[in-house]
Amino acid sequence: MTNARFATRSELIGILVLAVFLVVILPLCLDVFRLNLVAKYLTYAFVALGLVICWGYGGILSLGQGVFFGLGGYCMAMFLKLEASSVENTKIQSTPGIPDFMDWNQITALPMFWKPFHSLTLTIIAVILVPGIFALIIGAAMFKRRVGGTYFAIITQAVAAILTILIVGQQGYTGGINGMTDLRTLKGWDIRPDHAKIVLYFFEVACLFGCIFIAQFIRHSKLGRILVAMRDKEDRVRFSGYSVANFKIFAFCVAAVFAAIGGAMFALNVGFMSPSFVGIVPSIEMVIYTAVGGRLSILGAVYGTLLVNFAKTSLSESFPELWLFGLGGLFIAVVLAFPNGLAGIWQDHVQPRIDRLLSSRKPKPAAGWTDNSVADGAPAE
Amino acid sequence: MFGDYSLGDLGSIFVMQGFAGLILFSVYVLMALGLAIIFGQMGVINMAHGEFMILGAYVTWMTSNLFQTYLPGLFAGYFFLAMILAFLASGALGMLVEWGLIRHLYKRPLDTLLATWGLSLILQQAYRSIFGAREVGVELPPWMLGSLKVTDSIEVPINGVFVMCLTVLITIVVAYVMYKSRWGRQVRAVVQNRIMAGAVGINTEKVDRYTFGLGCGIAGIAGSAFTMIGSTGPTSGQLYIVDTFLVVVFGGAASLLGTIASAFSISQTQSTLEFFMSGSMAKVLTLLAVVGILMLRPQGLFALKVRK
Amino acid sequence: MLVGHQPKEFLLAVEGLTVSFDGFKAVNDLSFYVEENEIRVIIGPNGAGKTTVLDLICGKTKATSGSIQFRGKELTKLKENQIVQAGVGRKFQTPSIYDDLTVFENLEISFPRGRTVFGSLTFTRDAVVRDRVHEVAEMIFLKDRLNMSAELLSHGQKQWLEIGMLLIQDPDLLMLDEPVAGMSVSERVKTAELLNRIIKDRSVLVIEHDMKFVEDIAHKVTVLHQGQILSEGTMEKVQNDPKVIEVYLGH
Repeated sequence: MTNARFATRSELIGILVLAVFLVVILPLCLDVFRLNLVAKYLTYAFVALGLVICWGYGGILSLGQGVFFGLGGYCMAMFLKLEASSVENTKIQSTPGIPDFMDWNQITALPMFWKPFHSLTLTIIAVILVPGIFALIIGAAMFKRRVGGTYFAIITQAVAAILTILIVGQQGYTGGINGMTDLRTLKGWDIRPDHAKIVLYFFEVACLFGCIFIAQFIRHSKLGRILVAMRDKEDRVRFSGYSVANFKIFAFCVAAVFAAIGGAMFALNVGFMSPSFVGIVPSIEMVIYTAVGGRLSILGAVYGTLLVNFAKTSLSESFPELWLFGLGGLFIAVVLAFPNGLAGIWQDHVQPRIDRLLSSRKPKPAAGWTDNSVADGAPAE
Repeated sequence: MFGDYSLGDLGSIFVMQGFAGLILFSVYVLMALGLAIIFGQMGVINMAHGEFMILGAYVTWMTSNLFQTYLPGLFAGYFFLAMILAFLASGALGMLVEWGLIRHLYKRPLDTLLATWGLSLILQQAYRSIFGAREVGVELPPWMLGSLKVTDSIEVPINGVFVMCLTVLITIVVAYVMYKSRWGRQVRAVVQNRIMAGAVGINTEKVDRYTFGLGCGIAGIAGSAFTMIGSTGPTSGQLYIVDTFLVVVFGGAASLLGTIASAFSISQTQSTLEFFMSGSMAKVLTLLAVVGILMLRPQGLFALKVRK
Repeated sequence: MLVGHQPKEFLLAVEGLTVSFDGFKAVNDLSFYVEENEIRVIIGPNGAGKTTVLDLICGKTKATSGSIQFRGKELTKLKENQIVQAGVGRKFQTPSIYDDLTVFENLEISFPRGRTVFGSLTFTRDAVVRDRVHEVAEMIFLKDRLNMSAELLSHGQKQWLEIGMLLIQDPDLLMLDEPVAGMSVSERVKTAELLNRIIKDRSVLVIEHDMKFVEDIAHKVTVLHQGQILSEGTMEKVQNDPKVIEVYLGH
């Protein structure tokens, strides 16, 4: 146990290794197409990161993170779509200046709730605030009434189902099942060519590290310890004078905002947004990224996301039938055999060997990593 | 908006719409019964419940094909055998899953949820590999086709009536098994105090296994009944799983009566709303109402105040 | 009842407290008063409603009717964490500590500062916190185990840790539910010594079955039976009450 405000020495090394991997190694080794694929995967890492805080530390399993990923993504996509639908670009429509799908659905004027998305500043605020406030409302309604655990999971799932049906059903306002496609420029800067993709990749990695730093700060603050305590003995925390509901709401909102940032990055890097990233299936898939990485490991969330998505892409390219068997098997294996995921395997099998190797050279044992006593403890439940 | 209809027409429309709601109600009750046993009694979240139902549907489909090919003379009665086979197949698979997966996770309900979700993906892909991705429909025996004319303007389909009768019958059997039989008492004893139940000589592992199997078996029957009114595809089960969970939670997880009441109110709300707006908006509004009420009353419609 | 009589300031005044679970009244029209610095022990047969009374005071269970006044504040209207902040601390029957945290972190979380979301984000482990944690750890015999994961402690040590967590909270009213249950004889002696030290300068409400222990510490004893008060007064008075002998001590 140390007094680390933000990260212990071994955690700092881990962050550095990840930074080198994402900033140097991957861009050097991959072509732009593959790098853009990594950029797409990393948008899910934001969600996985939020789930570490909310599920790993707080014990709150949300099966509706796709909702927040979608809200963030749609906010960003609406801005990009408006920019792509200038009067000039859309002069063949019966109503020029509105997105094409509105025109197809006989809508003749831009709906009120679209108007703020003419402004990039308001869009960025919306990317954070819309999902944040939505999470606040759901969280306050549920946690103040002591709804948690499995009930909460089912309700968040229902919310994901509702939002998907709504987006698909309201085609004229949302683009329906196809989503918002054909996004072109950001403030006049074309986001489609290769050099733009590279810039966007680095921008995304920078944002990801921003979120990792925030997550690290939360984990090492007293709030992080209270979350762990709450997961274990909710009543004891309550009778130590804390409002348990407020802490849960906070964790849930942080996870929602992280997911929303990921969604916005998705719209930018991939160039479209659709309801297929909002519903129940993608939401649960995002949980498995966290589980594979290790639900208690901030960096594990990033590796887990990358690994599962690489596996998915390569398997579904060559053996599409095998992929669902593989994914299903992964769910079961992680839960039954590796509840702490990759991070758990690392901590139990790899780290001790490295330490032994280091200490055989240097008689003094490496300090710092013992701080992970929280992380390598028993599984969450 | 009602100007075009006469008062009599309007009455008939409402009756038939209400009847459509009753069929939806039957499907919900059948699916929710199995879930109410597994989730309400055992506290296990089985995300693969829909896939157990679909297994029953595929078993029914195969039975109907077999009868058509080899026993065309007995085709009128195939459904009753199919239902029994569906129950046995889903129940057996359920017991296998309990043994291989669920029993390791009783203390980690959220992890059960993830593991059974994984199972549902595997089952979906298995169905797709075995039966193909296309939806299949069974051929109804002739006596189930057509409709009953109640009045001149009101007609109800016979297969719908049959599914409803089946629902009533199965509900009564389940209620009897859970609340009146010796075995039902054992299940409830294990649920309330596992250690004590073990101490008084109940084989808790066996009770768990059979309870889970029974819940899955009922899902199989639900799937069997489902083929009477709709077609079946590998992912059909997933479409209903959230609705079904909401039905059980909304009813108050441990209450059979609550499950039925909530299935009734949800299905009636949805089919009534469908008359006024598009199907998707009706669904959105219904789900929103359920989620809203659950936020105000998390314990569901029927719940006891207990001393903890 | 008390018309024309000016009652002196009680720390805790419970009046007409009733709670009913599906018609069963676990606590039935209960009234009692605890003074400043008083040590009150509640005894009674199993199912008498002892733990429920503590649950009601600390807000874990909501009362059906009646009032609980603490320093003039109506506790029945407050949430659990507000009741704690008003100065009521509660120890549970089975040790309730955080297994995944170290002893130090267990105590630190109970330190009464930074109890809001943002307060806990900006909380720093300064000298005041560290000194207080060390001081309490010494009192509860866990000074050399501060960096140990709490799940590795023995049952008795866990009980002490929870008492320590209450101590660091510095409540005006301390409620203990069977503090020596499940302890070895030597642990019991140490616990009695610990309790005697920490009950100074505060009021204490204890549930205990160990009559020797009760005799040692109680100023006043309340005997509960079927959710109602059977007898109240000094240990001596209660012990000689024929009603009490019949239902409880006579066993």
